[in-house]
Amino acid sequence: MTGPAVAVSALRVVRGGRPVLRDVGCEIPAGTVTGLLGPSGCGKSTLMRAVVGVQQVAGGSIDVFGVRAGTPGLRSRVGYMTQAPSVYADLTVGGNLRYFARVLDRCGRVDEVTNLVGLAEHERSLVRDLSGGERSRVSLAVALLGSPDLLVLDEPTVGLDPLLRRELWGMFHRLADSGSTLLVSTHVMDEAERCDRLLLMREGEILATGTPSELRVQAAAETLEEAFVSLTEGR
Amino acid sequence: MTLRVTGATARRVLEQLRRDRRTLALIAVVPPALLALLRYILDAERPAFQRIAIPLVGMFPLIIMFLITSIAMLRERTSGTLERLMSLPLTKLDLIAGYAIAFALVAAVQTGVTSAVAFGLLGVHSHGSAALVVALAVSNALLGVALGLFLSAFATSEFQAVQFMPAVLLPQILLSGLFVPHAQMPHALRIAADALPLPYAFDALARVAAGGGGGRLQLDVAVVLGSIVVALALGATTLRRRTP
Repeated sequence: MTGPAVAVSALRVVRGGRPVLRDVGCEIPAGTVTGLLGPSGCGKSTLMRAVVGVQQVAGGSIDVFGVRAGTPGLRSRVGYMTQAPSVYADLTVGGNLRYFARVLDRCGRVDEVTNLVGLAEHERSLVRDLSGGERSRVSLAVALLGSPDLLVLDEPTVGLDPLLRRELWGMFHRLADSGSTLLVSTHVMDEAERCDRLLLMREGEILATGTPSELRVQAAAETLEEAFVSLTEGR
Repeated sequence: MTLRVTGATARRVLEQLRRDRRTLALIAVVPPALLALLRYILDAERPAFQRIAIPLVGMFPLIIMFLITSIAMLRERTSGTLERLMSLPLTKLDLIAGYAIAFALVAAVQTGVTSAVAFGLLGVHSHGSAALVVALAVSNALLGVALGLFLSAFATSEFQAVQFMPAVLLPQILLSGLFVPHAQMPHALRIAADALPLPYAFDALARVAAGGGGGRLQLDVAVVLGSIVVALALGATTLRRRTP
């Protein structure tokens, strides 16, 4: 694929009179796993919403696969998982997946994604009876249904045990290897370490970009955590 | 809009209701039970009961579908499922029509039960056809869905949403002539009633019950159908792909 999967330029978002994103510019190469890091409230979710095309923006541009973000044609190519599990709590796991699969016209994928996120034995459970981590896996499964070319995942591994996190990150890389592009926000440094590239944000701005080792070099730090802290604090 | 997505949405809404047995029971039992209660409260005033029984059969679905739709839409907004749907290849019309179809089916069942009790057990008599009463009740249910969809955009909590019923619907039902016939109200109230949709819905049912019809019934039905279209269109404008 030529050109980046996502190209953001001079993006500004204002919410309640307060600037949430100020002049954000970045590119996300196709076929990579890009990690989005930064303190809580720095604008990670807003940037992800803007990439998906559900965020009102005050200025700038976001192009996804060469067309404006939110264009109808992108809706079947972009998978989005919000931070809170956005699935129907009063339906079963299978009921949720079958509904979204019908909307996407991908009914054949239901069993596959149920297995991918390890929820096969909960297929008949109501979502409201599941644990927090299981609920977020249902939400992730819905995002995976359409085999999207771009997968935007807002803290997909919160509340998951280390084994499952490892499994999911293995899957993220398999998806990237098969040509998908992933944008994943996280607060966990060992997850950041697994990303091909990182975007570090602070107060609505992109502070640094690069591979994990480039960021360590840039901050002259031993670990990614130290690099994260020193870059964020601007030391 | 596609048949596949609209149908899937209607199925999903019905599936959610099906899993909520208590709500289903309330939908089926409350209207006939209230009607039976009224029948015995007005035991000494049988003509008064006859006057309001059929309009009430047709107004219950409006009230209940209004409440259910506003809560369901509020949940879609607050749980993030609406945002997810808006990022998928689903049109606003798919979502709205899905809800309308599902709740119209539920309203048809509800009206069927209520009418069976009213005509079979409570001695309610209609000069017009019972099928017409059911048809009007279902169109009222659609009006309830449309108003609920629109007004849910103005509620930020379920506490607010449930209060839109007494705030928006109850005054209109009182103005419709539930206690005092429309013609006996002060002039200003009659003008207010003429400007609101529910009195037309009520009047249509009262006319069918009395065996009347003609031009005024056609006007009533036209106003109700027009109000459904306007409220659905307004409701659609509150479903935003992009939110702040």
